[in-house]
Amino acid sequence: MKYLLLIYNCDRPEPSDPRFEEALARVNAFADECRRRGAFVAGDPLTNDDAATTVAVRDGRTLITDGPFVETREHLGGYYVLDCRDLDEALELAALCPMSEVGSIEVRPLVHVPGLDHTPA
Amino acid sequence: MTTPGPAVERVYREQRARMLAALIRVFGDFELAEDVLQDACALALRRWVGGVPDDPVAWLLTVARNRAIDRLRRDRVGREKEAAVATPDFPEYSVERLLSLGDERLSLIFTCCHPALAEEARVALTLQAVVGLTAGEIARMFLTRETTLAQRLVRAKRKIRDAGISLAVPADHLLPERLSSVLAVVYLIYTHSYGAGAGPREEAVRLAKLVATLMPDEPEVLGLVALLLLHESRAGARLTADGELVLLADQDRSRWDGARIVEAVGVLDRAMRHGRVGPYQLQAMIAVQHVRSPPDWSRIAALYATLLAIEPSPVVALNHAVAVAESEGAAAGLTLVEAIEGLDRYHLWHAARADLLRRLDRPAEAAQAYRRAHDLATDPADRRFLATRLADLP
Repeated sequence: MKYLLLIYNCDRPEPSDPRFEEALARVNAFADECRRRGAFVAGDPLTNDDAATTVAVRDGRTLITDGPFVETREHLGGYYVLDCRDLDEALELAALCPMSEVGSIEVRPLVHVPGLDHTPA
Repeated sequence: MTTPGPAVERVYREQRARMLAALIRVFGDFELAEDVLQDACALALRRWVGGVPDDPVAWLLTVARNRAIDRLRRDRVGREKEAAVATPDFPEYSVERLLSLGDERLSLIFTCCHPALAEEARVALTLQAVVGLTAGEIARMFLTRETTLAQRLVRAKRKIRDAGISLAVPADHLLPERLSSVLAVVYLIYTHSYGAGAGPREEAVRLAKLVATLMPDEPEVLGLVALLLLHESRAGARLTADGELVLLADQDRSRWDGARIVEAVGVLDRAMRHGRVGPYQLQAMIAVQHVRSPPDWSRIAALYATLLAIEPSPVVALNHAVAVAESEGAAAGLTLVEAIEGLDRYHLWHAARADLLRRLDRPAEAAQAYRRAHDLATDPADRRFLATRLADLP
């Protein structure tokens, strides 16, 4: 079963930051552990909310708005998609993720929709 | 021709949790499992007229399994519009697999008590799926509306299915944490049963004993069983005939249930032989001291100190302070009581402080503390007790 891990409220050190090397090593070690278990599907950091643009099409007109869909104080900073045995494994990996020590990680199961074709090109 | 009603009812009463657990384990879906088990029982009421089958559980499980397959097939065919689709035969849901499962009730208990569910949902789900209470009965126990409770149950069952909550007993490295969630749910069920009468309390004790039977090597489960038995042994003496609260020291010992106390001490001895002490065993050891005459207060204080080290909480600190007051004197107790932070809105903190001030001949301060305790207390018996104490001050 696949799970989306949404990483909230966790600031990422810039490469010039003295903490960067250590943070990078820890995140890479986490990805190694996910790969070792055969769970790693995808994962990326996101830009901050300032770079977000929201699109909606209404009556054939495309509406473009600056900013995220919902303005909240919670900042979505990145995600992983992990293929796990069950929720226990997903929660265990979320707790192993170094970002869980600073921010919070929401674990959402992905839904299997019969007939939906999302194989990569 | 016989009336199959009593036979069906007996099998259902004795084997419901076991059959439900097996169906949930195989189909991974609580609602489906419950529905098809009901269907199977309804069919048994009609079919067992000619006699009860040799293995009624196997009969019911087979019927339930076939119903579930019919439903899954209908859902599948409904979704895939093409007429040519072959109906799948679901080898993973075979009757052989269903009947070869052992007792899956422990898996069911762990699933119901999964920490990914809200605590109130864990309690309600355990009461429904494992104990076998109806939504209406659980709602009355928790003073909730039945519709609210029914929704809570449905949401929890769907989350178990949709979020992939494990239907098996957790892996060893997850077991300690998950077991403590199970024990907390059982204890909550017991404490909530207090106002609901002897019946629900018996169910809670039976549930604790079931977990102990299924996990014979976990001393904390035995500790919880002992603790509940000790609470039960004194339940009859806790209130007067008029519903007034009786302090432990003033209780009529002849109304305590001696057989339960003996049973509890035996269970606790078995737990302690494992040499792994935990919070429930400690609480049971404290409760054993309380039924001794007179209680060894310095021993109780030492046990609370150990409990405080394992599970620090202001309420445990308060109990520790009260035990110190009994063993070393009111002044030592008061110093500890006043050092506890975070209980300003807890009536028993004010009541304990009031009692110690009274014993130290500081009646004005005691009266003030009794008044505060009285204002914060919500239980009518507690309020009457505190009002009497206040009136008795010089």
